[in-house]
Amino acid sequence: MSTPHKQGARRRALASLVVLLALPRRVLAQPSVNPAPGIDARMLNTPQGTLQSILNGAPMRRGRVRLELPPVADNGHSVPMVVRVDSPMSDTDYVRRIDLVSEKNPVPLVATFFLGPQTGRAEIESRVRLNGTQRVTAIAQLSDGSFWFDAVDIEVSEAACLDGS
Amino acid sequence: MTARIQVQQEARRGGLIEVRVLIQHPMETGFRYDSLGRQTPRNVIHRFECRYGGVEVFRAAMGAGIAPNPYLRFFVRAVESGDIECRWIDQENVSGSVSARVTVTG
Repeated sequence: MSTPHKQGARRRALASLVVLLALPRRVLAQPSVNPAPGIDARMLNTPQGTLQSILNGAPMRRGRVRLELPPVADNGHSVPMVVRVDSPMSDTDYVRRIDLVSEKNPVPLVATFFLGPQTGRAEIESRVRLNGTQRVTAIAQLSDGSFWFDAVDIEVSEAACLDGS
Repeated sequence: MTARIQVQQEARRGGLIEVRVLIQHPMETGFRYDSLGRQTPRNVIHRFECRYGGVEVFRAAMGAGIAPNPYLRFFVRAVESGDIECRWIDQENVSGSVSARVTVTG
């Protein structure tokens, strides 16, 4: 029969097996599909990481998307934002999602909007927080899987005090 | 949480319905400190969805990058008379909803 020492080794082996089983789930759970920025931002804390998680290696082209931000914002706490995508929004040709990525916010992914043919028109308006003068990028994924983007430079006089400074 | 939804009451079949939603919520970033130097925990509405006649037509995953008292304007294609219902939930698991009825003609 097994000695206590051997049992300990077996326990360790079992424990490492459990860890091994849990690990891929953790990796899969990283927000490559639906990055809800408020919840799981660990992998998304750089603009590059955010872009990577959205594109997953696919190329993106400039065009079809129009991001509207004022050229100058006095107050970064609330900046009006409109994003439009040139799409017929038909059953076969529509916009799947639109991601907004900030260059300087502590959490670069501002929001993700999920659309479909039922949305009728690919136009969304909201108000965003911006932590300083920067470039904001809107990325749209169409139903054929292609990515399109628009980037806008905005000067923010008073940054939203996102980092507590 | 108080919220307001603005939708036109009538729409033509196949036409567009403009939905405007305004929710009263601080969208706490988690980077703010109170007068005693304690950090205010992050609490944002992270999930927002809109259903029209029971079918999801629009969804948003939001973060602290959305300004306090979040405002959203989006479109929905008019299909049948029914309710446009928006629901959301924040990180303290407080949820809210607003709805409006649309009559589709033609």
